[in-house]
Amino acid sequence: MAEKHRLRYNSMESIKGFIQKVGWPRIIIGIFLFALFVAAPFVEVKVSTSISDTLVRFGMNGILVLAMVPMVQSGCGLNFGLPLGIISGLLGAVFTIELGITGFAAFLTAVAITTPFALLFGYGYGELLNRVKGNEMVIATYVGFSSVAFMSMMWLLMPLKSPTMVWGYGGEGLRTTISTEGFYLHVLSDFLAVRLGSNFFIPTGMIIFMLFICLLVWVFFHTKTGTAMTAVGSNPDYARAAGVSVNRMRTISVMMSTWLGGIGILVYQQSFGFIQLYMGPFFMAFPAVAAILIGGASVHKASIYNVLIGTFLFQGILTMTPSVVNSVINTDMSEVIRIIVSNGMILYALTRVTKSGSRA
Amino acid sequence: MKNNKKNKKNVGTPWERFKRLIIAYPVPALFIVISVLAIPASGFSIGYLVQELSTRLARNSFLVLSLIVPIIAGMGLNFGMTLGAMAGQIGLIFVTDWNIIGMPGLFLAMIISLPLSILFGYATGKILNKAKGREMVTGFILAFFANGIYQLVVLYGMGSIIKIGNEALVLSRGYGIRNAVNLVNVRQAMDRLIPVKFLGINIPLATFLFIALLCFFILWFKKTKLGQDMRAIGQDMEVAEAAGIAVEKTRIIAIVISTVLAGIGQVVYMQNMGTLNTYNSHEQIGMFSIAAILIGGATVSEAKIRNVFLGVVLFHLMFIVSPMAGKNLIGSAMLGEYFRVFVSYGVISIALVLHAWKRLKERERARAGLGLQGPSVGAAQEIEA
Amino acid sequence: MDNTPLLELRSITKDFFGNQVLADVSFTLEKGQVLGLVGENGAGKTTLMKILFGMGVIHETGGYGGEILLDGELVTFQSPFDALAAGIGMVHQEFSLIPGFTTVENILLNRESTRYNLLVEVFDDRMRTLDRDMMQERALKAIDLLGIKLEGDMLVSEMPVGHKQFTEIARELERENIKLLVLDEPTAVLTESEAEILIEAVRNLANRGISIIFISHRLDEIIDLCDKVVVLRDGAIVAEKPARQTSVEEIAEAMVGRSLEGYQPIARGERLTVEPVLEVKNLWVDMPGETVRDVSFTVKPGEIFGIGGLAGQGKLSIPNGIMGLYKAGGSVFFEGQEVPLNNPAGALMAGMSFVSEDRRGVGLLLEEPLDWNIAFTAMQTQNRFLKPVLGGLIKWRDDKAIEALAQEYIESLQIRCTGPSQNAVELSGGNQQKVCLAKAFAVKPKLLFVSEPTRGIDVGAKKLVLDTIRRYNRENGITVVMVSSELEELRSLCDRIAIIDEGRISGVRPATEKSTEFALLMVGHGRKTPTEV
Repeated sequence: MAEKHRLRYNSMESIKGFIQKVGWPRIIIGIFLFALFVAAPFVEVKVSTSISDTLVRFGMNGILVLAMVPMVQSGCGLNFGLPLGIISGLLGAVFTIELGITGFAAFLTAVAITTPFALLFGYGYGELLNRVKGNEMVIATYVGFSSVAFMSMMWLLMPLKSPTMVWGYGGEGLRTTISTEGFYLHVLSDFLAVRLGSNFFIPTGMIIFMLFICLLVWVFFHTKTGTAMTAVGSNPDYARAAGVSVNRMRTISVMMSTWLGGIGILVYQQSFGFIQLYMGPFFMAFPAVAAILIGGASVHKASIYNVLIGTFLFQGILTMTPSVVNSVINTDMSEVIRIIVSNGMILYALTRVTKSGSRA
Repeated sequence: MKNNKKNKKNVGTPWERFKRLIIAYPVPALFIVISVLAIPASGFSIGYLVQELSTRLARNSFLVLSLIVPIIAGMGLNFGMTLGAMAGQIGLIFVTDWNIIGMPGLFLAMIISLPLSILFGYATGKILNKAKGREMVTGFILAFFANGIYQLVVLYGMGSIIKIGNEALVLSRGYGIRNAVNLVNVRQAMDRLIPVKFLGINIPLATFLFIALLCFFILWFKKTKLGQDMRAIGQDMEVAEAAGIAVEKTRIIAIVISTVLAGIGQVVYMQNMGTLNTYNSHEQIGMFSIAAILIGGATVSEAKIRNVFLGVVLFHLMFIVSPMAGKNLIGSAMLGEYFRVFVSYGVISIALVLHAWKRLKERERARAGLGLQGPSVGAAQEIEA
Repeated sequence: MDNTPLLELRSITKDFFGNQVLADVSFTLEKGQVLGLVGENGAGKTTLMKILFGMGVIHETGGYGGEILLDGELVTFQSPFDALAAGIGMVHQEFSLIPGFTTVENILLNRESTRYNLLVEVFDDRMRTLDRDMMQERALKAIDLLGIKLEGDMLVSEMPVGHKQFTEIARELERENIKLLVLDEPTAVLTESEAEILIEAVRNLANRGISIIFISHRLDEIIDLCDKVVVLRDGAIVAEKPARQTSVEEIAEAMVGRSLEGYQPIARGERLTVEPVLEVKNLWVDMPGETVRDVSFTVKPGEIFGIGGLAGQGKLSIPNGIMGLYKAGGSVFFEGQEVPLNNPAGALMAGMSFVSEDRRGVGLLLEEPLDWNIAFTAMQTQNRFLKPVLGGLIKWRDDKAIEALAQEYIESLQIRCTGPSQNAVELSGGNQQKVCLAKAFAVKPKLLFVSEPTRGIDVGAKKLVLDTIRRYNRENGITVVMVSSELEELRSLCDRIAIIDEGRISGVRPATEKSTEFALLMVGHGRKTPTEV
């Protein structure tokens, strides 16, 4: 009898340990997602479509979520200023279309044009953040907002000519949404895609590309500079005492995040089919932040593992909830659920304190 | 210190004083410049602008005033005021449902908002206490989160679980409040209570009196023990704690006060607008109010009543004038509209950056005061006995 | 007029988890008497005051033994607020003032005079309005007690340091029932003339019947001001005398004179005429709380050079300044080459290494594994533990080599852990210190700075750390500069010891010199004739 008690006690302990390690929010979300998948067939939602959609959105958003990692690791906090990186991607996209290039070459051109913009913006943004240590996140948010608003003015004024982009009938400035069809629509997604029947589709190319970029980031953090960056985020005084330039590492991390944001939006666009200008990028940081937090990251530490798990869980919920919940209640609650889940997750992360006592 | 006596006589030429003013208050100065350039470009008449400003001052000042108390208590810009606005709106929805007319309707809406605001404010305060040092980001995200809950309640709960009698309020599907609610019962009830016309400008005197009441309350509040405690906490939480002040509790009280005022302020705002945009009105109000008070010269750690009024005037001036100025100068009204969005967010960014930068410099200077640089430097000043 | 002493401490004992910090401390303090409390760092002064003031940390660590009597009655304070209510006030070294408040507002912080109004009924007592006239009156009364003048409306942020000190004291005095005032190093930040004024003010207070406990290391002031002097050493009272009947030298001797087993000063005859390996000239370092203003010394190759002195006098800032962690000026020469200041990388590359006194703050990456901690500096400054890939374009981190390195040190320093990948935060203080040592050794330095090497670690680890330092010095010829607040530790290991007092070198002596000589240097006797050995 005592044996049974002891075994039960031990397993209780290990369950408690597991819960503490993984964190309640992630468990709740995981169970929720699982429940949705289980419920799907009962409400006549095709599981195959759901899985396809989830995978597509996973690939679309992955790199945007990955963009969070460098800045978190270097101690700059969550990159609420992601719109700045997205803007550099938009510039790449827009100029590529202006040049009239098509196909995979168009995608590569967009990447090539995005890069210098991203590095330039990232540099300025990084230098700014270095001067406001301790207040990075709220300033990042407003820098992001301001730059989207600023670019909105610029899109109106840009002297570009391509008919797909400019308003018809002699209108001023670029359109709000520009289609990527004929340019680089689905160039990644279709590459090596797996199609089974009409409902199941794996955008292999896009996922391979996303994993490739993840690999690049993983490699970076295993280099001398990457190791230094992690140390800077872990304890800037320690890093400084070891001769590392804290400001330099932070700026590099911001430039990386911004570049990843630019590449991320290009991948997103080729799958989504549209380039969204003006206020499009305005709120785009928040889903990415929520996703990485759901994946287990904190304000101080983030890994690629967090990115993959978080993006999958988050996009899974966003995909499944409308279809399943709507079928059940006959209401579209997806928007509300998205708001509550993503912001609730960020709120949870912001109010936690780490083991070593520092404000996380 | 020894120079102060000399300086008192030599305040400087008007030009020098002007220069110092600009350096001390860069943001309002910048805005005045923008306005001076944009007003003629917009083509609006002065009369039109004065009327518009009068209306907007009456409409917005109460809300912006609600930001002062948390700034005093060191909690920064209260992005969570949106929750107060939501409470006010819920009050108005019920009052419209129950068909209560005029000022009594407004009062009832305010009263309904009170317990909700107190509850929301309390929750906000508790959450912000857990995120010390990150109050502003947390408040910002909390506002979004609360918006989700608000939608859950108003878009799904009302009409289904919460009974709404008036069918005109409810969406065609049977539950959920409509996107736009006509506040015909209480429209302009406060504004028209004491209608005054001065030099051809309509002035909603009752509303201004109500705002004045709040101003007196704030001035008086600073002289109370509670106000003094908040001032202490706002400057140094640790010292306040060591002196025995209940820091956590006082911070929560500051947020509750702000949220309650925001709720009442939203009712004042809506009675002027006349139509409630159920799902949008409260979203922007936080950002606009914060931009306004910053444009008026307030910072994250200091705010005075004059910042509120100056800020509302300058902010709304820019707001009114930009689209037409953009159209006339460059040919695109859209440009003017984006310009004003850019300026609103830009000014908040600048204020945040300046504040963060100043705080770091202050910390460095405080250290320099104790730790002296260089050999045999550091003659502390003599005192009299 | 009764003759019961105001304060009586009877056999106060305190231990922190088996570590005896106070043993059988007893003394009395009469009304209106000034008692000077003197002792080295770690002698127990701070702990004694914490007990007197009812600080939480005392109760959280097992309470204390003995009795405290105030006015003849037994008292037990559960919190500082109890002590305050009983009439005991304490002015700490760090200022506890609100910068944007005036003198008056600070003096009356959280004790303001208020007036009733109707809203109190609706809300809270705190809705009462401040009665500023009354506040002004009360504040001025308190300031008068000190016998000085302060401007009531001046903001603290604009005050000179002396004013701030007086405002703090006035705050304590303003309490109605103030009977006993404890002043902890009140003259530390004051100029000479300000200190004189303060001493005069304290005398005024005593004349009005308020008892004072005056903690200071400025023995001249102690002799000048106090009625009675109590000397603590290693947690026990070693001397209690009327000030008139003792002298600075006697007090200093009482502070330090002792011998500990196992710690024998070693004399190494050679190396008197060799070229110095480290030359420091006119160094100043801006480290809050530990600034030095003008320090010059030389270190011989292979020597173990000690730097000692009381807390806050500046010794800790010397290695911090040289290694670039805090703003510094002056000139430093290592092996004949000038080392750039304010440049951690420069100091490291010159061949110097540093074990900081701030283990958790600067010395460790708490959330990372200990092998990272050990190898990181070597990796960043010397490009070791990296594998060049693609012809050197990418420097790949060699995790295996890092693990092997850690394993080496785990064995040689006996670091108790679950393995090289255990996070540093999980190790005990002593083992964390060994990791810091390993990190400093891993860069194979020619000169090692070690600051407070045995602070906060258990006895066994202490011995091992000191033995390791000695071993590396003897076997590998590494020059060591050791900063420590424990004089005996320095005397057991070092060849020469410099004492820092008030930001300057008070004197340099061979370690074999008598302890009392060092004690005098610590309290500032000897700066008149700084002799180098």
